[in-house]
Amino acid sequence: MRKISAQLIEDAVREMCVRANCVLPEDVRECITAGMEKEQWPAAKTALKHIIENFEIAQREQMPICQDTGVTCVFVEMGQDVLVEGDLSEAINEGVRQGSKEGFLRASIVADPLRRKNTGDNAPAMIYYDIIPGDKLKITVAPKGFGSENMSKVIMLKPSDGVEGVKSFVLKTVEEAGPNPCPPIIVGVGIGGTFDKAALLAKKALMRPANDINPDPFYSELEDELLRSINELGIGPQGFGGKTTALAVKVGVMPTHIAGLPVAVNINCHVTRHVTREIKH
Amino acid sequence: MVVEIDRITSPLSREDAKKLRSGQEVLLSGVIYTARDAAHMRLMELAKSGEEFPFPIEGAIIYYVGPTPEKPGQVIGSAGPTTSYRMDFAAPCLIGLGLTAMIGKGKRSPEVVSAMQEYGAVYFGAIGGAGALLAGCVESSEVVAYKDLGAEAIRRLVVRDMPLTVIIDSFGENLYDRGREDYLKWKAETM
Repeated sequence: MRKISAQLIEDAVREMCVRANCVLPEDVRECITAGMEKEQWPAAKTALKHIIENFEIAQREQMPICQDTGVTCVFVEMGQDVLVEGDLSEAINEGVRQGSKEGFLRASIVADPLRRKNTGDNAPAMIYYDIIPGDKLKITVAPKGFGSENMSKVIMLKPSDGVEGVKSFVLKTVEEAGPNPCPPIIVGVGIGGTFDKAALLAKKALMRPANDINPDPFYSELEDELLRSINELGIGPQGFGGKTTALAVKVGVMPTHIAGLPVAVNINCHVTRHVTREIKH
Repeated sequence: MVVEIDRITSPLSREDAKKLRSGQEVLLSGVIYTARDAAHMRLMELAKSGEEFPFPIEGAIIYYVGPTPEKPGQVIGSAGPTTSYRMDFAAPCLIGLGLTAMIGKGKRSPEVVSAMQEYGAVYFGAIGGAGALLAGCVESSEVVAYKDLGAEAIRRLVVRDMPLTVIIDSFGENLYDRGREDYLKWKAETM
């Protein structure tokens, strides 16, 4: 049994919130830089140059890369032999509040979707818990911007729609989104599970390093094919035309019902932010 | 290829707005006003009741942005554009009242485009997600209305050489359509 204090978790989340907003992950930078080198369309190249300049300024000045510091998604992988001393969810939310203050992040959360009063401190976070074997505690903080979140979609396809149905839904979703989600984008695709699980799979897929390779060759091929097809749409960075519409496509799957083929597409902008830490006592 | 970048200043007259062309890159200097979802809802209430606006709308440029709070010593925090379509419900009315330009990112509705054509207004795109870069163009920032809205308050910004691209001009030409078509045509011809 490993004991971990709630205070330790709060401190870690606070630090991760600030870092995630100011420092773009190395894998995303690499994809953007590689995209700029390959891009030949002048307007696209200029947009990518501005995007690179922007994340460099943000890191140097320790200011948020984007003014939409997002809804704070927190993924917790908790070993079943971990005992948290204190209130875990409250520790995470307090970490978000403190991080928001320390990092001068924008207050972007309303307490109620219809009455819309701002909470003023970016709490509460969207927290997802996974219980796993062992005594380790791993936390990922991923601020998610809503320009791209608003362009995301879920569909309940028929089993007979198959992989072609999935491909056409992903392409249609990206094409309809066009310039709105701040391309170049990263596309998370969730396939299987239930209505809600498909959406979660899509969001979790966005947490993978942008330049990793799916260990399942079938889905690795599907990811490559989707990326190629998306980049043939010609939308380009910021929608100005060009080949760099998406930096990566990540697919997550799970078992599903004999009658169904749920598919979710969660779009992320070029400011795809996430920081992961293992919390030790 | 040498790209000509034109300098423009605010307030922008309808005549000057009509001179701008889709795809043109400009550097904007002068006073602009920030407003996004919540502020637009309040402006529409004022418009309905015929009350005075908290800033002069004639020749005004509205920037769709909700910046991050400034750190001590900073003029403004990160300040990139938000997605514009959420303000489409209000834009035609504001254009009718004198608004000549909007700065944002993403698509606009046919109603907004026809109001732009009817009155003479332009829609600029700023680089979405480039909040830190665009903050560097802001020389001063002052809340002029709706302080209670926090990041969504209306601010009067003085900007210098803010890099913008004309997305939709007063003739209805749209870079999001043409840029993509031109690129695909060029690609088909060269590859």
